[in-house]
Order: sequence, then structure tokens, then C-alpha cells
Amino acid sequence: MSMDAVFRALADPTRRRLLDRLRARNGQTLGELCERAQMTRQAVTKHIAILEDANLVATEKRGREKLHYLNPVPIHDIAERWIGKFERGRLDALSNLKKNLEREEP
Amino acid sequence: MTSKFFYVTYIRTTPEKVWQAITTPEFTRQYWFGMHQESDWKKDSAWKLVFADGRVADIGAVLEIEPPKRLVLRWHHELRPEMKEEGDTQCTFTIEQEGELVKLTVSHEAERAPKTIEAVSGGWPLVLSSLKSLLETGKGLPRTDSPRKG
Repeated sequence: MSMDAVFRALADPTRRRLLDRLRARNGQTLGELCERAQMTRQAVTKHIAILEDANLVATEKRGREKLHYLNPVPIHDIAERWIGKFERGRLDALSNLKKNLEREEP
Repeated sequence: MTSKFFYVTYIRTTPEKVWQAITTPEFTRQYWFGMHQESDWKKDSAWKLVFADGRVADIGAVLEIEPPKRLVLRWHHELRPEMKEEGDTQCTFTIEQEGELVKLTVSHEAERAPKTIEAVSGGWPLVLSSLKSLLETGKGLPRTDSPRKG
């Protein structure tokens, strides 16, 4: 479950399109994902497996079918690792500014 | 129509610690926007999710409970009028050991509550990232120990 796997999975435009389609409609079967995909079922299966390995797609068994859901949590982990830190810096800067401004007597 | 989302995170910890982090107020306050849950954690017991200032965000009941593996809650939002008027939702936590990691799955679904599902789906990824950070490093993420702005 490495970040490398997430970046590798996201590097491919076909896989990003599959994620877009799950974003538009969550919980699709493999058959539904193959419709309009202009790829063989084998190719879709392979791409979905890579997305699953990267934990970008989560699956749920329902009867004989498997439903696929977009899982944004690993992308969020990436955002937090780099962006969250900057945001914290900005918030600190703002609160320091506020403290300094409020300290000055009119 | 059913709206549903399904989120998964892998955490380097034990199922018992994940269970504790989910069901103990001292833990939830550190990663869940400063909120805590109130329940005696028995089947059919009342459940609520409460902001640090005492406002009750969501109410419901414990539908299924099997520590440290599975927790199912009936969940109804109380604060925003457009969500309060919607139907009940159901939130399921599943905890599974997978090798050295623990797989935590949170799914949230409803037949007649699209606005509630949309709203909670935006919050869960941050809450789960923060829970993972808390269990693996001892610290939740900034911005998750107090209510969300806006």
C-alpha cells in the first residue's frame, strides 16, 4: 500500500478516466465499466486491478457481482503530506499577524 | 435511489486500537473535527455525534456491534434543515486484519438522503487520513481537532 503504487496508478489516463466514471456514478460492476470503455474486458480488468492494488478503488461483493467504488483516501493522504503542511504554515502566519496587529495600541 | 460511498484506509496498527479510536471520545476528538460520540455501545442503544461546543450534529442508534470487527449505526443529521428533513442513513465500519496492516472500511448509504450522503462523503477522507495519522504517529492531522470552518 505504497504511495508509489498510487502515483503509478494515477499516471495512466485510461485509469484516470475509469476513476472519473466512478466519480460520476459510484458502485458500478465490471460489466458497466466496460460499456463505452472502447477497450477489451481484459484490459479494463487489468486497469481496475492496478487501481485496486493502489487502494484507489474499493470493492464490495453483492451476490455474484462485485461493485466498484472510488476511494479518495490515498489521494487525501498525499494532499495532507504536502499541502496540509503549507496550509498550517499559512494559518500560523495569519494568527501571528493578528496577534501583532492587536497588540499595537491605537 | 440508493446513494452510497465506500472508503478504505490501511493502518499499521491492531484491530483493537482501531476499535478504541472509533468508539472512545478521547480519541475521536483528536481526528474527527473535535467531535465525540455518545453511546453505551450496545445493540439498539441510542447514539449521537456531538460537537465540542455541545451541539448535536447527528443522532441514531447502534444497529449492529461486534468488537473489534464491525459497527453499524443508524445516522440522522440534525443541524442543517435540508439534511434533517431527509431519511435515515446507515454507516458501517468494518475492521479486518490484512497481514501487518488493518483494513478499515467506512461505508455510508441511504435510500432517501442524497444531500446527507453528499455532505458526509466530503468529510470522511480527511477524518480517515487523520485517524491513520493518529494511530501511526500519535498525532491527528491539523484542522481535524476542531470544527470545520464554512
